[in-house]
Amino acid sequence: MASVDTTFGRRRILRNELIGLYGVVERNLYLTKRYFLWDLAFLLWTIANTLTIVFISRGVDLSPAEQNELATKLLVGGVIWAFLGIIFEIVTETVAWERWEGTIEYTFMAPVSRPVHLIGMGLYAVLYGLVRAAAVFVAVVAFIGIHIPNANYGAALALLAIASVSFIGIGMMTAVLPLISPEKGTQLGFVAQGLMLVVSGVYYPVEVLPEWMQWIAKISPATYALRGIRNSILEGAGLAWEDVWPLLVIGMFSIPIGLVVFKAGERYAKRHGKLKRSG
Amino acid sequence: MSSAAVAVRDLEKVFSRRKGLFQRRHRAALNGVSFEIERGECVAILGQNGSGKSTLVRLLSTLLLPDGGEARIFGNDVFKEARKVQRLVNRVSVEASFFKKMSAAENLAYAARFYGMGPRETHAKIPVILERVGFPASRRNEAMENLSRGMQQKVALARALLTSPVLLLLDEPTTGLDPRSKQEVQHFIREIRERHDSTILLCTHDMKEAEELADRIGLLDKGELLFLEPAWAVKERFGVESIEEAFFLATGRTFEDEKTEDDEEREVFA
Repeated sequence: MASVDTTFGRRRILRNELIGLYGVVERNLYLTKRYFLWDLAFLLWTIANTLTIVFISRGVDLSPAEQNELATKLLVGGVIWAFLGIIFEIVTETVAWERWEGTIEYTFMAPVSRPVHLIGMGLYAVLYGLVRAAAVFVAVVAFIGIHIPNANYGAALALLAIASVSFIGIGMMTAVLPLISPEKGTQLGFVAQGLMLVVSGVYYPVEVLPEWMQWIAKISPATYALRGIRNSILEGAGLAWEDVWPLLVIGMFSIPIGLVVFKAGERYAKRHGKLKRSG
Repeated sequence: MSSAAVAVRDLEKVFSRRKGLFQRRHRAALNGVSFEIERGECVAILGQNGSGKSTLVRLLSTLLLPDGGEARIFGNDVFKEARKVQRLVNRVSVEASFFKKMSAAENLAYAARFYGMGPRETHAKIPVILERVGFPASRRNEAMENLSRGMQQKVALARALLTSPVLLLLDEPTTGLDPRSKQEVQHFIREIRERHDSTILLCTHDMKEAEELADRIGLLDKGELLFLEPAWAVKERFGVESIEEAFFLATGRTFEDEKTEDDEEREVFA
């Protein structure tokens, strides 16, 4: 009998999965290192983009204190936009980049669970996104001269980290799109990002939106992230339970839903031969 | 069920593509394919582009789901016990496929992590395996995009062997290589056969390569496996001197015959 031992104990499986998770983060670090100058150029573009939004506050007829407050609100919106952009981009690259390089078949035939693979991508996305968001924040504050003496950065970062769980879950759902459409799937991820932010009050209070959009805002994690972070930066507020619990609930659902959607997409791709590089 | 290393029974795979707004065109890439490979055996499957070779390899690699039939690798159902199968199998395909900006060592480390190999283990094993495939140590940390096709294919072989697979799927591993690189890769495949407990499925359209490396040769044509026998038995059955002549008698075409529209479409599908 040509038998081969394929039984792995729980400890060995857990160990292998953790090494797999480390491998995903490590690979992204390698790529960041190799594309460092490109990433730097992209960071400059993000800073310029955020400046174009924050400068709006300098053109409106308000007192200096009100201008400062408006600038801070716009800055938080711009930084969250950039942060979400990175999360969606990196998680979507789970498929898109590997497809482009042609490595996708080797990764998808490897004995690592898809949740570990996707969570590894999400983890790196959050770490990288936080560094970039901090760089954008500091650069814009320094450039425009925003005065935020009461800011509670710890609370703002903690809230962003909590919200990231939900963002990763939604990112997983969009990550499947390049499996279905290799050419246009990645761009559709940015559509999801834009739609989420438009209902979440990215540069304005949610209350200015039509009532039906305000209802959608209630299930968007960005709504609570934006509100809580603005309160922390402007007023020095700590973590508010009214912002934390909706994020926890949304996160609790978004990750499993994201995984289910991705698995369904993977199954579709395997059924129709879409994992192949040539499409 | 069979005790073979690889047991495939009535395997079917149909691909469909949109034709116009409401119609879909279907093509059977594999049509009721059955065969077995014993442990330690090397089997070569010959076939033209679009014959279904790559589809077969992708199915056995858990990258495709079948439309019928079953496949087992060392007793494990390829489609229901994919994770167990993934631990046993690795693959080298015609395209080397790496992260081009990353080095050979980084690419190998990334692949090895998914098979549970930590940094300490890869730090020790990667230089050894690269040396074995004849990859120069001085280029270990160079970006893959700076390496020749032959060098990249050596790294691809190293990637497959690094995880010690008991079933190695080789999908046209020497296609497009210069004669010297081709010989080196073939030499290494022979060495794997001699030194490892590996079963090998080699898909190729190089008849000489198939005859030299494999214990048995199969012919896959338009998704159907026409025969799978030792080279001498194939020649004896058709009463010919070469596998090429046997191909002609079995299919009514030569290997180099111009492709029909159907063949070209099949190539895209499969």
